[in-house]
Amino acid sequence: MPDRLAVRKTYKLFIGGAFPRSESGRSYVVTDAKGRFVANASQASRKDARDAVAAARKAFPGWSGRTAYNRGQILYRVAEMLEGRRDQFVDELRRTGASKTAAGAEVDAAVDRWVWYAGWADKLSAVAGAANPVSGPFFNFSTPEPTGVVAVVAPDSPLLGLVSVVAPAIVSGNTVVAVASEPAPLPSITLAEVLATSDLPGGVVNVLTGRRAEVAPWLATHMDVNAIDLAGVPDDQVQDLEEKAAGNLKRVLRPLGDDWAGEPGTARMTAFLETKTVWHPVGV
Amino acid sequence: MHGAAELRAFLHGLPGVDRVGAEERAARLATRSIKTTAKAEAIDLAISMVDLTTLEGADTPGKVRALCAKAAQPDPTDASVPKVAAVCVYSDMVDVAVRALKGTGIGVASVATAFPAGRAPLEAKLADTKAAVAAGAAEIDMVIDRGAFLAGDYGKVFDEIVAVKDACGDAHLKVILETGELATYDNVRRASWLAMRAGADFIKTSTGKVSPAATLPVTLVMLEAVRDYRAATGRQVGVKPAGGIRTAKDAIRYLVLVNETAGPDWLTPRWFRLGASSVLNDLLMQRRKLATGVYSGPDYFTLD
Amino acid sequence: MVFEYAPAPESRAVVDIRASYGLFVNGEFTDGHGEPFKSINPADESVLADIACADEGDVDRAVKAARAAFDKVWGPMPGRERAKYLYRIARIIQERSRELAVLESIDNGKPIRESRDVDVPLVAAWFFYYAGWADKLPYAGFGPDPKPVGVAGQVIPWNFPLLMLAWKIAPALACGNTVVLKPAETTPLTALLFADICRQAELPPGVVNIITGAGETGRMLVAHEGIDKVAFTGSTEVGRQIARTLAGTDKKLTLELGGKAANIVYEDAALDQAVEGVVNGIFFNQGHVCCAGSRLLVQESVADEVLERLKARMATLRVGDPLDKNTDVGAINSAAQLAKIKELSEAGEQEGAERWSPPCELPSQGFWFAPTVFTGVAQSHRIAREEIFGPVLSVLTFRTPDEAVTKANNTPYGLSAGIWTEKGSQILWTAQKLRAGVVWANTFNKFDPASPFGGYKESGFGREGGRHGLEAYLNA
Repeated sequence: MPDRLAVRKTYKLFIGGAFPRSESGRSYVVTDAKGRFVANASQASRKDARDAVAAARKAFPGWSGRTAYNRGQILYRVAEMLEGRRDQFVDELRRTGASKTAAGAEVDAAVDRWVWYAGWADKLSAVAGAANPVSGPFFNFSTPEPTGVVAVVAPDSPLLGLVSVVAPAIVSGNTVVAVASEPAPLPSITLAEVLATSDLPGGVVNVLTGRRAEVAPWLATHMDVNAIDLAGVPDDQVQDLEEKAAGNLKRVLRPLGDDWAGEPGTARMTAFLETKTVWHPVGV
Repeated sequence: MHGAAELRAFLHGLPGVDRVGAEERAARLATRSIKTTAKAEAIDLAISMVDLTTLEGADTPGKVRALCAKAAQPDPTDASVPKVAAVCVYSDMVDVAVRALKGTGIGVASVATAFPAGRAPLEAKLADTKAAVAAGAAEIDMVIDRGAFLAGDYGKVFDEIVAVKDACGDAHLKVILETGELATYDNVRRASWLAMRAGADFIKTSTGKVSPAATLPVTLVMLEAVRDYRAATGRQVGVKPAGGIRTAKDAIRYLVLVNETAGPDWLTPRWFRLGASSVLNDLLMQRRKLATGVYSGPDYFTLD
Repeated sequence: MVFEYAPAPESRAVVDIRASYGLFVNGEFTDGHGEPFKSINPADESVLADIACADEGDVDRAVKAARAAFDKVWGPMPGRERAKYLYRIARIIQERSRELAVLESIDNGKPIRESRDVDVPLVAAWFFYYAGWADKLPYAGFGPDPKPVGVAGQVIPWNFPLLMLAWKIAPALACGNTVVLKPAETTPLTALLFADICRQAELPPGVVNIITGAGETGRMLVAHEGIDKVAFTGSTEVGRQIARTLAGTDKKLTLELGGKAANIVYEDAALDQAVEGVVNGIFFNQGHVCCAGSRLLVQESVADEVLERLKARMATLRVGDPLDKNTDVGAINSAAQLAKIKELSEAGEQEGAERWSPPCELPSQGFWFAPTVFTGVAQSHRIAREEIFGPVLSVLTFRTPDEAVTKANNTPYGLSAGIWTEKGSQILWTAQKLRAGVVWANTFNKFDPASPFGGYKESGFGREGGRHGLEAYLNA
């Protein structure tokens, strides 16, 4: 018997900046790599997905209305908070089977990824926007704007994978409902704790744990979701979700076979941007 | 509110004019294709709207008399050609013109008020006006004080128009805005309203001495102003583009502009004039082309 | 006096319409194996030509021709050479502009003034613009060595037949793709004339293939496994079907779909230009414009004045013969579209909105609809929500800028919007808040090859025009 019984953490969902249990009252067992019990994770229901979308929609005007500089500051703050919890994440990743070195490398990469995207916040418009030389007395400019509410089916890479799909979506002002890794959901909730303490407004990122196959279709069909990232969807389920996403013509990012340890590039950011072009006459 | 302050607030409260939009509208109307019978009618209407003009330092009684002969009989070989609306001269030439036009029914218009700059004491302007009226001018084409207008002294511009109008007696007053110096369409709209409120019978674009003179978009803005003014007050005011109108095609474009902006009520010499001289021969030439089916040449029309 | 404009018809002599047209596949006109159909003149319902219909085998033939041309000729060709072909095409379009404009107006019903002054000049400009990109793609911001996607299947609508062809073909070819394009079944003639332009330009066979037919041909084209990229302009409903068809494939997709644009007139607007913009926004091309300003949102404090001016201006619109150079509003493109416009307009009346049209004599033959405005429209009315795609304007009012933006965005569509105010900061604020891909401030319905165009939400995805328009046709 240990001298002291450890106080375990209850892993809940992250919706609208709060940590509720699933409204369904369900949970599922999360085990470590050797099959030993680690925790009961919340098993999100369609209603949790609905609540998360509502929270993301509510957060959208405020978040997209922040200055790009401010969003960059907040994403950098996330990196700072994550760095400060490095050991906790290493422990959690090791329980998923990662070696100490690999777990450490993944946390470091996740921190660095936040830093990479933080810096993009106030540069994206310059790279993806333009002043267009139209043939006439008009000033015409195009600016990239966030698509809106983005549903993200996160890959199984429990921390770096999740960060790599959430950060590029929110940096431009989108808000996100993420379905975490099904077998290894715990780091996603710990990441949510980081987000909750990083000045990120509630609802900008919402994290659901549970059965992907149960939750993802509700997000794919949801008419108030503007885009869906299928990064973590198994190949045999892509077509079904894409068909469902066509209901309101969601922007769909198909699985790209990403190497999460590789260079992130800009594709995941530009996938969730709308180009808005404004015309105005030039005259006195 | 005090008069000048009220005037200023009113003028600044008028809706703005978007330059690009106004020019686009005028350019689109300029693509109207006026052919065959419509063209024949338009040409005769345009001729009847011409204020045949000579405003040169070198004007002489001989020159003015020649112009008057042309006004009464634009094409000596064709009696069906209408007369022009008026002959427009400097005030010291009014008596010559009046005598030359006696019995023709053509009026004499006189520029006055220290035309074209208008930079003279009010007394001089009024004397100029009265002399022209006394010599028999039926219409006075005055210039506004653009300097005062641009300086925001709308009251001064207004009072001057009122004074000149008073000096006109029964003569009709055309107020020249000199739009080329007002520079913006917002100013053109404000000056149009100012002149109308001060009693102008006509508003006129230009002296012809400043470039640009009349343009289609400037005239469009003025036509909108007279349309809106009549809707607001019930009083109809005429419009006269002047300067730069050289071809029959130009003239017809102005008629289209009138037709589709202020409306058919303005499509008479009573309410619309073309201040020009060289346009007359081109109108005559196009008229003959329609009648004969072959293109004519300048040698077949008189230069006066 | 009453100034009646005498008829000023553009001559049809410049156009030579053949009795029947085949499919343009691999550089040749060939027979189609579906049931041929007729293209008619919507202004008088006369038959213009018999048009071949592509069946599954024809679609396959066209896709294979495009594939072969992509593999052997067009894909490997240096960009600078592709550029010269596109420049050639642009020049031939300019040279044959009168012919193209007249044919477009005959087949589509749009006024010759628009086909002559808007459509055809833009078509030439589109090819000229994208020609210049063909040898500069590594500098476009899509990676150092972007590659063409392959064979593009393109399906276009009937409202701007030739212009939509240009929007599709010019960037596709510039990027090194080959295309199979299906024009709308009611307006195939200018696309078939374009085929002849490709031949005059000596474009290699198979680079551009044009297959005619109705919806079924389009479905076969987008579903064909030899297609790498689908580009569609048309209704949101068909766009949805295409998105479903392409689910689970590797095909790239861009969609340019419907709209229900708000044209917001603030109380301090330049009213005459605003009214002109409202008129141009909804009556341009008979309102057959996906980005038409079909909802006028006018601030209550100026609503009466704006409506009065609007009605006066509408009364000067000249409706009639599309080939008359003075026509402002031409024929509705088809009987089916006319029926849809009538149905929605009747719904507007039944729902309690007030309908008004200027006195307007319509020809007895052909498909016609008088310019119409509905006042007293509520957000809940069908005419405020559904795309009418005709010369019908719904007028709603608002009290504050916030309310204007909320109402403007209260639609599943998000293609375009208009703002009319003399206050600069209000323009930028409003433009920022509007969820629409194209925002015209103090202007409306302006298009340019350098300017990206495309929608938010159910108005589709992807952009056409400008540097952005290359993305759909490149693999980074």
